[in-house]
Amino acid sequence: MATLADIAVSCGATIVEIQGDDAIALRLMEMGLMEGDQVQVIGVAPLGDPIEIASRGTRLSLRRAEAMRIEVNPILSADPS
Amino acid sequence: MAPATPQETGDGATANDVRDDTGAPLKSASTAHSTNAAAARLTIALVGNPNTGKSTLFSALCGTPARIGNYPGVTVEKKLGTYSDAHGSITVVDLPGTYSLAARTLDEKVSVDVLLDHQKQTSAIDVIVSIVDATNIERNLYLFSQLRDIGKPLVLVLNMWDRVEPQGMKIDAAGISERLGVPVVTCSASRRRGIPELKQAIRQAAMSAEQQTRAIFPTVLGEALDSEVRQLMQWTADASGTEVEPFVAQRLLMDVDGVLAKQLQLRPGMSGLGEQIAAARTRLEQAKLKVPTCETKLRYQWIRSQLSEFVSQSEGNRETWSDRIDHWLTHRVWGILAFAAIMFVVFQAITQGTAWAMDFITDSIQPWFAGWVEQVLPPGTLRSLVNDGIIAGVGSVIVFLPQILMLFFFIGLLEDCGYMARAAFVMDKSMTKLGLSGKSFLPLMSSFACAVPGIMATRVIESRRDRMVTILIAPLMSCSARLPVYVLLVTAFVPSIKYAGGWIGLQGIVLFAMHLVGAAVAIPVAWLLKKYFFPGATPPFVMELPSYKLPSPSVVLNRVWERGQAFLTRAGTLIFCSAIVVWAAGYFPGNHQPVNELTQRMEGIEASGGDPPAELQAERRKLSSQLIEQSYLGRAGKAIEPMVRPLGWDWRIGVGAIASFPAREVIIATLGTIYSLGGDVDEGDEGLLAAMKQSKWPDGRPVYNLAVALSIMVFFALCAQCAATLMVIKRETNSWRWPLFSFAYMTLLAYLGALLTYQVSIRLIS
Repeated sequence: MATLADIAVSCGATIVEIQGDDAIALRLMEMGLMEGDQVQVIGVAPLGDPIEIASRGTRLSLRRAEAMRIEVNPILSADPS
Repeated sequence: MAPATPQETGDGATANDVRDDTGAPLKSASTAHSTNAAAARLTIALVGNPNTGKSTLFSALCGTPARIGNYPGVTVEKKLGTYSDAHGSITVVDLPGTYSLAARTLDEKVSVDVLLDHQKQTSAIDVIVSIVDATNIERNLYLFSQLRDIGKPLVLVLNMWDRVEPQGMKIDAAGISERLGVPVVTCSASRRRGIPELKQAIRQAAMSAEQQTRAIFPTVLGEALDSEVRQLMQWTADASGTEVEPFVAQRLLMDVDGVLAKQLQLRPGMSGLGEQIAAARTRLEQAKLKVPTCETKLRYQWIRSQLSEFVSQSEGNRETWSDRIDHWLTHRVWGILAFAAIMFVVFQAITQGTAWAMDFITDSIQPWFAGWVEQVLPPGTLRSLVNDGIIAGVGSVIVFLPQILMLFFFIGLLEDCGYMARAAFVMDKSMTKLGLSGKSFLPLMSSFACAVPGIMATRVIESRRDRMVTILIAPLMSCSARLPVYVLLVTAFVPSIKYAGGWIGLQGIVLFAMHLVGAAVAIPVAWLLKKYFFPGATPPFVMELPSYKLPSPSVVLNRVWERGQAFLTRAGTLIFCSAIVVWAAGYFPGNHQPVNELTQRMEGIEASGGDPPAELQAERRKLSSQLIEQSYLGRAGKAIEPMVRPLGWDWRIGVGAIASFPAREVIIATLGTIYSLGGDVDEGDEGLLAAMKQSKWPDGRPVYNLAVALSIMVFFALCAQCAATLMVIKRETNSWRWPLFSFAYMTLLAYLGALLTYQVSIRLIS
């Protein structure tokens, strides 16, 4: 299963599951990342980590280690709009 | 520091009459105090996510805060303000920005305590104002849905309303108000729009509270959870005679390893609480409600079902102009360059941009006051106290203000325009090597100018562990007060050898190396602190990147004012006191009669237009030098001489090191006095350089050589000889433990560093 960390810049994905129930998973959910939501990778920090994603109109920064917790289904068409 | 005592939790809900076993809606016990809410005085709490414009709304309501302090036992800042409406005055409690009321740490529990009236230092909250970024309404309502379960009168503020339409969103505020059953006010706090309506809504919510106390059940979480909450409440009532509030019971169930449970368990009869909670969680898991993730799922389900009719969003993730700016400002090359340029400007501004103000304070204002005092007071203890103690003490406080104000001007600017989060984004990877996050970069960089504003800037770090580690390593960064010490010793004792055709000098290399020493030592120190003092998993670094916007001048200036005031009132008095103590140690005991008479004679000559003869001046310096040698300070220096001998130091350097406790650069003035030059020498003073070079051990060897100079510099690079830094650590961590810890570990490091430097370099040189 792909995770959000595998998604290329400006590609979208649908969240399948957020693994675990520790502080990191909980924070991701509190910030509104829920199963079934569409997210898009907006960019990557100059040093390669963290990444910037768009989710329901807001922009979030996640470390790759955190993005790896998020199982996703890639949306194949690179540009949905 | 004593955390909130366990007895506090639950005090608000003593009344059993609010419980109803028949399942009828229960009423909140905590609204009982607002039965006389028509009474003029109200206390309200402002709660919201970070980046919702909460502090802007606070200043729109109250102007500048009336009081800034700390809640007892935690690092959370307490900010209170007041405003009046037609009925009376309203106290506003500004709670820290948060995404959730989950109380996993003592710091997070503060908000719960204040909202449930368990926090003794704030009055009972009559109305909760939930402030929401309207353009992010869905995620923001998560916190609102938790506030709703508290059961107090609520007002929902949809802030940033002016940005809703341009973003292609449509929100039906009236519809939301009706659906949620709470008053909704639309606001643009930065433009001061919607503020009168909000004040009116707050008053109305308080007044109607007596007619309609809000029902807590059913909560957003559904019947299965509500019944567990009731059972747990019943159990606490049976076990200890005091029933916890529904909201407390809810948090007990939901917060795994929560701090509320840990504290309540200590109460008599409550030791079985953990088992009760575990059993309830097992039952819930069998019903497919896994704690803690079920809470987020249920709340977001509820939010989406509530909003679907009233909010229409254009397609969520399309590229905005803010994204286009981000492409440049977080670009692989341009992003780094932009970051470096911005940091360069900030650093230049806090060093060069404030130098004139600091010079003006130390070179013009202070001498003017001192001169005036000399005219009114005869030489003696009182004059010395006023001049060398009080004026110097006040000066040592004020001198930090320019840098603090300048740094917070830039922090306010960068935060309000949205770049601050990007700076953390860009630098995060490099800071993870230290076990910190990108948010520690600016505080640490600022500490190269001065640790005092740097430590104050750690307020932007939400994670307590990251913040504490950043505070504790910030004083290791080589601040500008170390520079005079380096310059004095480098010019005197480092040979002026040039390399590469005169472009690179040995003196410059040593100066640069001294700036690196602290930063290099900070890396293992941060690692050790993380490992042994603040253990635990790396905290999540999920950070919102707010859209860019034009900064609002009032927000920025408010920020500057707030920090300046906080520094002066809280840390200033402590810095002042430490300056007085060191003055007294250097003044007493000793017979100051001869020196006072001499001063009087010299001033008499000056008053009649003449210049006092050089012999008199030399005589006075000699007397001053003897007095400091006899003082407690001088005795302490002599007492520690055996300890500083391995560093290559004599007792005079020891006295200088002790006397520089208020500030590192004081060592230069102290050495000036000890070498009979008078106290007003600076690092370029020929007389001081000459005196140091001539200074000899009793056996005739010179005291100072390159190895001693390096050992002194390494000591000052690593030591905590700065009262202001220690007092700011006290203020920011709200505990004496951490300044003492900083002082102890840095002094030990400095001693060992200087010992190693001296012992190695003396062998290399000879």
